Amino acid sequence: MNERQGFKFIAVFLNMAWFAVFVLVPGLMVVGISFMTRDTGTFFSPPLTLTQYRELLDPVYAKVLGASLIYSLNTTLLCLCISYPFAWILSRVSKHRRPLLLMMVIIPFWTSSLIRTYALVILMKANGIINTLLSAAGIISEPVTLLYTDFAVYVGLVYSLLPFMILPLYAVMEKMDLRLLEAARDLGANTCQVFVHVVLPLSLPGVLAGCIMVFLPAMGLFYVPDLLGGAKTMLMGNFIKNQFLTAMNWPFGSAASVFLLLLMGLMIIIYFTFSRRFNRHQAL
Amino acid sequence: MTRWLKISWVSAVFTFLYGPLLVLMVFSFNQARYTTSWQGFSLKWYMRLLDNPQLLDAFFNSLTVALISSMVATALGTLGAFAVSRYRFAGRKLFFGLVYSVMMSPDIVMGISLLMLFVMAGLTPGFLTLLIAHVTFCLPFVIVLVHARISGFDPAVVDAARDLGAREHEVFYKIIVPMILPAVLAGWLLSFTLSLDDVIISFFVTGPGFEILPLKIYSMVKLGVTPEVNALCTVLFLLTLAAVSAAHILTKEIKK
Repeated sequence: MNERQGFKFIAVFLNMAWFAVFVLVPGLMVVGISFMTRDTGTFFSPPLTLTQYRELLDPVYAKVLGASLIYSLNTTLLCLCISYPFAWILSRVSKHRRPLLLMMVIIPFWTSSLIRTYALVILMKANGIINTLLSAAGIISEPVTLLYTDFAVYVGLVYSLLPFMILPLYAVMEKMDLRLLEAARDLGANTCQVFVHVVLPLSLPGVLAGCIMVFLPAMGLFYVPDLLGGAKTMLMGNFIKNQFLTAMNWPFGSAASVFLLLLMGLMIIIYFTFSRRFNRHQAL
Repeated sequence: MTRWLKISWVSAVFTFLYGPLLVLMVFSFNQARYTTSWQGFSLKWYMRLLDNPQLLDAFFNSLTVALISSMVATALGTLGAFAVSRYRFAGRKLFFGLVYSVMMSPDIVMGISLLMLFVMAGLTPGFLTLLIAHVTFCLPFVIVLVHARISGFDPAVVDAARDLGAREHEVFYKIIVPMILPAVLAGWLLSFTLSLDDVIISFFVTGPGFEILPLKIYSMVKLGVTPEVNALCTVLFLLTLAAVSAAHILTKEIKK
């Protein structure tokens, strides 16, 4: 082996080995264990079975699954409705003001969402800021219950994930060729038609990317319902966490994780199918 | 859309994003313990943090893990990004697949899969397992960031260096690394932030013997709101803010 091949071997090997041992193997373990049987001593034991998946479809658990999907779906839609106009306005702000505003979106993107969730607890607790302000203004006479409600969980999820929707949307909108909008207008399209036939299709890759980046994490953010929604099992994340730490049922928890992985695979396929079609469309 | 509507939409979103954080920071300087009213400026909750050895331990542990894991991830990731842009090798597609699947996969799945791996391997959850997990989730970010930077360069630079007699590892650390330094530093800072802030994955891979700050905050918050936690969160937020701002400035250098 010459010196070039030696360096190449080291560079490639170290990275491949790391990903193989700490990503590929654990991933395959999740899939493998999901087909095993629960065992109190060794966590799981061999008889291969589909029991875990059958049980996941049992009404009791299917309800948790369905509820989590609905939470994620609603969170994604809420984020989209808030972010779409926001990203559009941001992408049209004058060039010298844009970097600062963009930076103001990037900071929460990287800030611990646990800290941000906690900040919401301060606002929403019974003697918190919102209640104090509302009663000081004479709008309410006694504190409204905000914390430990569905409303609080939604606020928490949207608050944590909003930047993940804004940034991909902004990325496509910033690159959008405004002449296409002018052309559509010149050809007689009204504002609504320009939006439906030009802006929306052009921004679709960003919409899809944003939805994936919000929908999937929203299934797993177990500390948001833990802190804002009381101790109820609301998301897949809480459910999986309980299976591993409380019920000690690895195979069942793994099966639920495989469900999340399948969901991820599905979303990636949708994304690539759409963006390929979109690119072909643009090439025409 | 009218100008007025635009301004109010943007202000509303920014108020939503920053309002709660501002309230948290302001109240960390509040004199009072239980009331939500302002009782005067005080640094006593910050002082109280310094008197709490458990919290200081957790803070120190978090910093250690973040520092080491971000450095390992940056070194490994830079090497990896160089490898995938310069060499063709079997499994290159698989490599990219794994990189993107780590970035996409829900944290909770990564957490439980590593938990199972460590238990099966007989590793006690603690410093080492935490370090491995953090390197694993930081690595893809470094690879993607640095790879984008290397792709922007003319590969002829590398060939020229080789023709002039540079050895392969010299090409790497004398030519490539200096050229991509801003991206490497940005990758390092962002890895540091990711590691410092992680809750979900750490939750599964660390044990009672090695507490870290986000998990400590999580267990404290579950017990209730206290001004100490406000102060702690403020410190952590400012640390993140500094790292992200620095990374942002570095990536802006790249675009120039």
